[in-house]
Amino acid sequence: MQSEIMFAGFGGQGILLIGKVLAHAAMEEGYEVAWVPSYGPEMRGGTAYCTVVISDRPIGSPIIKNPLHLVAMNGPSLQKFAPTVKKGGIIFINSSLIAFGSNRDDVDELQVPVVDIAKDLGSVKAANIVALSAFVSRSGIVPMETLKTCIKEEFSKKPKLIPLNMAAVAAGEKAARK
Amino acid sequence: MAKVLMKGNEAIGEAAIRAGCLNYFAYPITPQSEVAEYLVRRMPEVGGVFLQGESEVAVGYMIFGAAGAGERVFTTSSSPGISLMSEAISYIAAAQCPAVFVNIMRGGPGLGGILPSQADYLQATKGIGHGDCRLLVMAPASVQEAVEMVMKAFPLAEKYRNPVMILGDGLIGQMMEPVEFPDDLKTEPTNKDAWATNGMDHRKGITRNLVKSLFLDPVQLNDNNLALKAKYDRMRAEEVMSESYHIDCDYQGLIVSYGTMSRVCRTAIDMLAAEGIDVGMVRPQTVFPFPEKAVAEAAMKPSCTHVLSIEMSMGQMIEDVERSVKGRVPVSWYGKCGGDIPTPEEVIDVVKQRIA
Repeated sequence: MQSEIMFAGFGGQGILLIGKVLAHAAMEEGYEVAWVPSYGPEMRGGTAYCTVVISDRPIGSPIIKNPLHLVAMNGPSLQKFAPTVKKGGIIFINSSLIAFGSNRDDVDELQVPVVDIAKDLGSVKAANIVALSAFVSRSGIVPMETLKTCIKEEFSKKPKLIPLNMAAVAAGEKAARK
Repeated sequence: MAKVLMKGNEAIGEAAIRAGCLNYFAYPITPQSEVAEYLVRRMPEVGGVFLQGESEVAVGYMIFGAAGAGERVFTTSSSPGISLMSEAISYIAAAQCPAVFVNIMRGGPGLGGILPSQADYLQATKGIGHGDCRLLVMAPASVQEAVEMVMKAFPLAEKYRNPVMILGDGLIGQMMEPVEFPDDLKTEPTNKDAWATNGMDHRKGITRNLVKSLFLDPVQLNDNNLALKAKYDRMRAEEVMSESYHIDCDYQGLIVSYGTMSRVCRTAIDMLAAEGIDVGMVRPQTVFPFPEKAVAEAAMKPSCTHVLSIEMSMGQMIEDVERSVKGRVPVSWYGKCGGDIPTPEEVIDVVKQRIA
């Protein structure tokens, strides 16, 4: 069994980081993982995206044209990548910044206003963790406890940020349940 | 040791330290600058040295200097940077000094692009510098394999007193995968008193050592070339590494592919097998010396009607594949170059057109 998740948005939204945290959590769960960033000649403020491949056997091609799931943090990413998502996958939409849907009826679409939620928690910077938590909660791709452990580890050098990010995890989980 | 999730470039830097190399000289270039970014912080922690040269030309000779003094030393660069180092690499090979060069290939020729490529195959395996010089060249297909190859590269460079190259594509440097640094690959630098210019204080009374690449006497120069040739022949006999995939069946065709491209091919082979089309693969892990025997044997299987060399270049490794197969089975090339890595579906289409 192999899952591929594409995280996409603007540079600066913490896209690469949430991909890395998910890859780390899946590795801790004993899966084979690969994290592949986009490192093309992108413009400042342009799109940033990465793909995480999670598998129960050695990963062949780490280059994925059709991911199983998409986490879209801005409109251009949703427009560009929504048509590439495999049937039956999850399309996560940051509805704080995206006013339209995926236009797909063969996927599980999840809209969460992650920027608004993060603002309420005290910092817009936690929006990426809200999105990651909501996605993981909906997909069940790794246990929430493992995700929390890996987020804590990611922020271990900035322990002041851990309570905010734990609140972001809780809020994301709640939003995905609705 | 538990696995850690690391970017290929960072893992390469850490692997060199674990292999006992405390000297790193480099000049930044995408897509491998993270090696320097990692080591500028990490080298001081272990008492090592990171020095940025003013250019790759300078870096090449900094490597030569440290290697000639008997130190374990390495550098990392990407295609155009390696071209600038090639003069020094030839000198280092001629002077028989051990050193490790990592080339995280980007698209070329010229400045080309910054995305993954395998277009330096011929340069690395046949034309790395002027004169009769060769490198032992290993090509990793995962971050873990990159780590292991870097750790093996230092003792191999010392075994042969010759530069060793790790030939990775941009994706190997940029991708994160779980890695561990095997303790059994840790080695101690060998004693180099017999030839290195490492000072006379600890070996008084012995003739001075001289590290040089200039041999004006034709007999001496020929002798030096014969000594180098003997080493390259020994590499061909002792260091060939390759891995086979899906060859325990009557496959209709054989793919030869290395690095990231071989992983795409592995996925394509699995998808084809699900459709009832069997294709085998030989993945060279050393590209010099090339696994001629493994490729020839796999190609000669009676069921095999075609051999495909699939590369992220315009057909470079195919010259070694053809040389190995010796015209006994048709050989053709497929590839893309510029950063757009062929997908498993594209590989499948090519297999179906030419083989199935």
